[in-house]
Amino acid sequence: MRLTVLIRPKTGILDPQGEAVQTSLEALGFAVTEARVGRLVELEIDTDDEERAIAEVERMCGELLANPLIESYEIVRRPA
Amino acid sequence: MSDGRPRIAVVTFPGSNDDGDACLALSTLGADPVPVWHTAVELPHEVAGVVLPGGFSYGDYLRCGALASLAPVMDGVRAFAADGGPVLGICNGFQILCEARLLPGVLRANRQVQFVCADVAVTVESTETPFTAGCDLGDELVIPIKHGEGNWVADDETFADLVARGRVVLRYVDDVNGSRDRVAGVANEAGNVLGLMPHPEHAVDPLLGCVGGVPILVGLVAAARERSAALA
Repeated sequence: MRLTVLIRPKTGILDPQGEAVQTSLEALGFAVTEARVGRLVELEIDTDDEERAIAEVERMCGELLANPLIESYEIVRRPA
Repeated sequence: MSDGRPRIAVVTFPGSNDDGDACLALSTLGADPVPVWHTAVELPHEVAGVVLPGGFSYGDYLRCGALASLAPVMDGVRAFAADGGPVLGICNGFQILCEARLLPGVLRANRQVQFVCADVAVTVESTETPFTAGCDLGDELVIPIKHGEGNWVADDETFADLVARGRVVLRYVDDVNGSRDRVAGVANEAGNVLGLMPHPEHAVDPLLGCVGGVPILVGLVAAARERSAALA
């Protein structure tokens, strides 16, 4: 099963990288008022049991993929 | 302990680059540094102090320190810290200790989104740790920093608790990276684990510039010596 984890800077948490990107986009003439930069992790999990796969990825996020102090995450299923 | 020199482990992760300087500084200040590779499943015999040095472990992949915090050697470091042994995390070592949850908070990209490399002044905010026991409150130490991700943050509740318990150990005199309340170094509850962004190991020889790192490393060596004597 293919799952994607989207990791974002938490709402309200300062994102200097996003701010730098927003400034550069504005410099290019784009009317962008906010940019937030996160991370994407694509996973191939050896099971067809979606519930189990998602539970596993939740644990991965808790133990390694995201730092709950500054990041939130979302698990998305990808088409096979 | 050889010739009264306490053994202090200096851990090398793939991408550490200040391990050599840490060994040299510790040796200069009266310790017997013991290089330890990250795959070691336990700390060497008679080690009485641990340094996690600066660098870019695992290329800073995922988040700084995140992958190193799971290295085999960290089980030994965790056990050593739990037993009251002095552990000093410098720069990337600080990031690793936060990711290992041995220290509170996390280090993010600098506010200015630029790598910062400068000699900076920090003040001693707590003398309740072995690393600052030889200092007076408010002492100013000039120590170099060199990092892209030194912007420390913790949530309001954690932060208030840290301040109340004197666990904020070092503060920058001037804001250098956006770190919350100019925090440069924090300790664990017991005070035996300290993480800091400035590099004391680069500030021990007047020939090379400032010497603000001396009291911190002398504190570590003294704590290790005491522990060695107690274990002997």
